[in-house]
Amino acid sequence: MTLQVLVADTPLQVAGREAKTEERITVAAVFVNAAKSAVADVQEFAILCGRTLYAIFTPPYYLQDILQQMDNIGAGSLPIILLSGFFIGAVMVLQTGSQFTRFGQSSLTGDVVAIALVRELGPSLTGLLVTGRCATGIASELGSMLVTEQVDAMRAMGTNPIRKLVAPRVIATLLTLPLLTAMTDFMGLLGGCVASIFSLRLGAIEFWRRAIDALDFADLMQGFTKPFFFAFILATIGCYKGLTVRGGTQGVGRATTQAAVLASVMIIVADAFLTKVALFLANKLF
Amino acid sequence: MLSATSSSDSNPAITFENVRIGFEEGDILRDVSFQVRERETLVLLGETGTGKTLSLKLAAGLLRPSEGTIRVLGKELSSMPERDLLEFRRHIGFVFQEGALFDSMTVGDNVAYRLQEDGVKDHEIEPRVLEVLRFVELEHTVDLFPSELSGGMRRRVSIARALINQPPIVLYDSPTAGLDPVTSQTIITLILRLRDVYGVTALLATQRLQDGFALANFRFDPAAKRVVHTVSNGNAAAGAKFAATRFLVLREGGVYFEGGQEELAGTKDDYLKRFLV
Repeated sequence: MTLQVLVADTPLQVAGREAKTEERITVAAVFVNAAKSAVADVQEFAILCGRTLYAIFTPPYYLQDILQQMDNIGAGSLPIILLSGFFIGAVMVLQTGSQFTRFGQSSLTGDVVAIALVRELGPSLTGLLVTGRCATGIASELGSMLVTEQVDAMRAMGTNPIRKLVAPRVIATLLTLPLLTAMTDFMGLLGGCVASIFSLRLGAIEFWRRAIDALDFADLMQGFTKPFFFAFILATIGCYKGLTVRGGTQGVGRATTQAAVLASVMIIVADAFLTKVALFLANKLF
Repeated sequence: MLSATSSSDSNPAITFENVRIGFEEGDILRDVSFQVRERETLVLLGETGTGKTLSLKLAAGLLRPSEGTIRVLGKELSSMPERDLLEFRRHIGFVFQEGALFDSMTVGDNVAYRLQEDGVKDHEIEPRVLEVLRFVELEHTVDLFPSELSGGMRRRVSIARALINQPPIVLYDSPTAGLDPVTSQTIITLILRLRDVYGVTALLATQRLQDGFALANFRFDPAAKRVVHTVSNGNAAAGAKFAATRFLVLREGGVYFEGGQEELAGTKDDYLKRFLV
């Protein structure tokens, strides 16, 4: 029978594959490979960001998913934001108040707390806190979906995962992070006020009047522009790390950690550049 | 490659021509060519890592080949843009190895997923979901979550999900892997029913030859509503008109054997005999 003759003649174990030779790894090769990998990562992340922006600005939208994510990211983060904001404001007053008291200027505490919170601490701390809670959550959720083939199943059923999974998370974070930042600012000022009353014997009305007077439009612009950038950073990094998981459940854990670290560092780096740009624009425009 | 036989003159539903796909670790599939004709079942056999799942994902357009062409339902997938691929995949059913059910959704929502995506109205969705769940005999699980189901039930829900919009082609990735013999038999019966009642074309990846032989040797009789042997009273020719099952064995990235059940069962090749044990 032809079939069996062919079987007998087929060099099964060779089949076009050459024997593997052990390669010697050099230090230079390690650096080159690491650099290549980093460039590839940046490229993939840029592609994801581009596709996400396209999905954000073009229909169809998954409104149900956006609302669900807003509830998870926004309402879910509220308790830690409220609590942290209150105590951050209180600590700021405790740390700065004694210095102002030495010069008899304890009333300036309200100014300092307001400016520091609205311009800087509110957006960045909210960004970092939400990163700790949500970027990790997004990475682990999407990573788990990826390793259990749920993302492939979604694609197999004709759904674009960028529209269904990534865009709703990014939109929800973009919409909720500025609101959470406003809550952090308010709770920080409230915490500062309480600390001022009890430790500096400062009146509540005086504290609030000074705090509000100290803020101008440029401060508010700076404080409420940053959260949009931080939201995009933390959500896209969480999604990117989740959707590029390698190595099963262990990989999901690794991706979660990487998402938290990378998003936190990127928020701090972006904060420095955004502050510089915001101060420049404030000088030019206001 | 061993000799091939083709049992049907109908149009090819799936065609692979000189397909190659490789990753960092090297080529997984090289120069792979085969066809699956309409209403035919092609059983992909092979050891772990021989590219069975990869072949299914290529057929569904989830991956693109590095070289070669893939045509499914007359459409060339290799060069199709992702947007068109998403639309194309709505005509393909895919049963994943572990079910790949959405764990945050109920069984009913999992099965209804594709209809919801297509914008079908709610009052039309419910009866269709119940109908396919009844088909897999899991109507009572509609409000349960996948985590509350056994492995076999999850596979059956996965089959129901793949069936919801009555696709002409269903791709099965090791549908009986890790299941006990009784549950495996239930799954195979479902696949037989799909083939013989709805005329579904199937590409089925498995490591278990007995699944392939079951598909080749049995058919679902809609009148009697039970599985019967294709070769009745020793009349193999009569059985052949029902049996549209062929086998394709992958090895070392290429097609090692392609043919019918008789050639495979009668082989003297040592490698193929491993599957027969």
